[in-house]
Amino acid sequence: MPDAVPTQGAFLALSGISKRYAGVRALEGVDFACERGKIHAVLGENGAGKSTLIKIIAGVVQPDTGTMRLAGNDVSFASPSAANAAGVVCIFQELSLMPDLSVADNISIASPPRRFGLIDARAQRRRAEELLAEIGCEDVNPLMRARDLPLSRRQIVEIAKALGKKPQLLILDEATSALTSADVEKVYAMLARLKSEGVAILYISHRMHEVEALADRASVFRNGRHIETFDKGMRSTGDIVQLMIGRDIAAQYPPKPARKAAKPMLALENLSWEGRLDRISLSIGAGEIVGLGGLDGQGQKSLLLALFGVLRGVSGRITVEGREVHAGSPAAAKSVGIALVPEDRKTEGLMLPMSIADNLAIASLSAISTGPFVDRAKESAAVKRAIARLQIKIGAPNDPVSTLSGGNQQKVVLAKWLMTDPRIILLNDPTRGIDVGTKQELYRLMRELADQGAAILFYSTDYDELIGCCDRVAIMYDGRIVRELEGSELTETNIIASALNIDAAVNGGAAHA
Amino acid sequence: MLDDVAIKVRQNVGIVTVVLLFSILYVLYNLAHPKGFSSAVLVQNGNEIFALAMVAMAQTVPVLASGLDLSVGAVMTMVGCFASYLLTGAVGGTPLHLDIFGLHLALGTFPGGINGILLGIVLCLAIGTTAGFINGCIVVYGRIQPIIATLATGAVYIGIALFLRPTPGGKIDEDLNWALTNSLGDFAATVHIFDDGAAGWFAPVAWVPVPFVLLALIALLVWVPFRRSVLGRAVYAVGSAEGAAYMSGLPIDRAKIAAFTLAGFFAGCGGLFLAIQTSSGNADIPQAGAYTLNSIASVVIGGTSLLGGTGSAIGSIFGAMVLRVISFFFRIFDIAPLLQPLFEGLILLAAVSIGALGVLRVKNTLELFR
Repeated sequence: MPDAVPTQGAFLALSGISKRYAGVRALEGVDFACERGKIHAVLGENGAGKSTLIKIIAGVVQPDTGTMRLAGNDVSFASPSAANAAGVVCIFQELSLMPDLSVADNISIASPPRRFGLIDARAQRRRAEELLAEIGCEDVNPLMRARDLPLSRRQIVEIAKALGKKPQLLILDEATSALTSADVEKVYAMLARLKSEGVAILYISHRMHEVEALADRASVFRNGRHIETFDKGMRSTGDIVQLMIGRDIAAQYPPKPARKAAKPMLALENLSWEGRLDRISLSIGAGEIVGLGGLDGQGQKSLLLALFGVLRGVSGRITVEGREVHAGSPAAAKSVGIALVPEDRKTEGLMLPMSIADNLAIASLSAISTGPFVDRAKESAAVKRAIARLQIKIGAPNDPVSTLSGGNQQKVVLAKWLMTDPRIILLNDPTRGIDVGTKQELYRLMRELADQGAAILFYSTDYDELIGCCDRVAIMYDGRIVRELEGSELTETNIIASALNIDAAVNGGAAHA
Repeated sequence: MLDDVAIKVRQNVGIVTVVLLFSILYVLYNLAHPKGFSSAVLVQNGNEIFALAMVAMAQTVPVLASGLDLSVGAVMTMVGCFASYLLTGAVGGTPLHLDIFGLHLALGTFPGGINGILLGIVLCLAIGTTAGFINGCIVVYGRIQPIIATLATGAVYIGIALFLRPTPGGKIDEDLNWALTNSLGDFAATVHIFDDGAAGWFAPVAWVPVPFVLLALIALLVWVPFRRSVLGRAVYAVGSAEGAAYMSGLPIDRAKIAAFTLAGFFAGCGGLFLAIQTSSGNADIPQAGAYTLNSIASVVIGGTSLLGGTGSAIGSIFGAMVLRVISFFFRIFDIAPLLQPLFEGLILLAAVSIGALGVLRVKNTLELFR
């Protein structure tokens, strides 16, 4: 495989960079280089190691091994501000704006212009105006609070803030994901100008057409390794998708039963919310596991929250077994038999300091109560049953749930909801951060629940898992379901191609929305 | 430009509201008062407002950094007790001694006269500032939640105050008391400036009460520069989004320490004035507690969010004045003082309700819990 990493004349050169988080490999022996005056795209699927790479370059995390050279000198950044001082500036995906401060304050937050030692509000404002004008977004008033701006404008402010630091190496991590198309054009023009001024630009985007339009060179990452670097035009989109696929460990999945037509348990019609969900229609039959695929942040999580009654102002119809429901709160969703295993088990799934038994019983208290009082005997019996059913490894039911391992904690979250006898189970990336063995148990359990007649909607960032577990996978892009894959169409190539919303290598007959 | 003004007003709607509220209440009060709109009434009100306004300013700074300081009333009380020893202004100085564990230790003589008074004021403010600095260090380096850290240090500071003044007592220089708790004209006459306050140009301002002048000076010379410093900006940033502040390379620890230190300074100013005004030191525990709670109420009425990040000490000054004016009304209308907490509570509820209206706009209800 041609692996042309020019370290000669490179502005930034990484060699042998490795990083592990709590034993999980994020980056392994990565060599990487980028040059001045070039836009360099970094590609890879979810969890390929792109974010870790950027965080290391930007000084947010420190590598375990390896060296980093900037303009020929060895460097290591202890903090983002150290990286900034060296001219390395990153626009992160999660915004770094202070919501209560004004746009001008935010743009100059690190080193505001000063007069007599105090911040010179007028000069600061002029500076903000100049920087915003550089991007072509003069319409943002620097006096506005960041909180009061729409997401797309906040992203512009974020870019202006980065520009103000006079970057030598500018990293954009999905920095255009929230922009309107008019603003994207302006940002492209700005990037072209920076490029001509000799700034090195690292560009992370899941939008393949953006990468094609902008990048002079691209590097593909997979499983924490650098796979290949190539110049513009050397690889087709299909090739790139192939490079991004491939995994070392294949997990064991329970066999999928032959599909028989089942009456729809859950049906959605034209579900929309706040521009994040766009006319979603989907139907899930009893006994069916439907996957939600696509890249991070395409609306999958919002969809699950909408079904669980967390979001206000959702339009469209939700029917459960043919009856329309209006779930205005999680409590209401629970009463129609919907359960959600949430995204963050530590804050939304569990009450960490409370005991395992308390956590298990908390969603089904009405079933184990007599009048206003919890029936201790019923409670401990129900808790015992749940622990046995999911084979949760615990010391005693009265231990705090925080003493359990990640996998067992996730089992507690799931068991808590199974105790409510749900008809519809929503899973938000339930296997993230848990070990392979527990994963397999969860896969088996999901199939078991489906066989007993539950409808399961399963969001996962792991494509392998979607293929292995699901009867059908709906791929989301930009708040829409762009394709539903089923049976033999359900391949990694198709999932990635659909996730990137490109037509490459689709061999099924599914219509492209 | 009109846009800018509109934005500024919208962003400072809390302060604008409290200033309007205060103005209306205060004008009504003066209309109802038999001697309304006179310098005498103004002077009396200024004296009653000053200490609470200072403690409210003190509370504002940690709150902006999303911490709560439960020791502000205690710091005020402790500094007042120190002041009752250091500001006697006695000719020939004040002998100081420490009686502890049955020992009698002479600490020498604290200088008297004007130099002694000035040195005493500086020392008192330094004691308040140090108390605040200690709070900040415990919060930052001890990694203890502000509310519990300051609950503990507050008890310590009250303990020191009780040790200094087991019973109310001490003395404050009479000229100092007179000069600071009356009008500017009396001040000039006492310290012999501007022809003892009789200068022609001085006449138009001679009626202004000294406490209000001090309040304005402290706000302009301490608060405004702080707010416009990088450290002050960092305090707001920490309260707004600590993670983003860190990622932007701001000095988070220094900002938090500065917030508590400044709180100590402001509370010290309040304690100093209270001692001067009452001409004594008094380790009054219920009073310290009441001041702390009223400081929080003033901060909220003044438009500062308890979550941090937005608001201003200027708003808190007006918040404190609103609280005080309510009690003035009780006095002139001869309403049972027992009803006062009820009315203060209702006004506080109304003020926070306005701030809570934003909740109705949230589209993702999970955000309500973040």
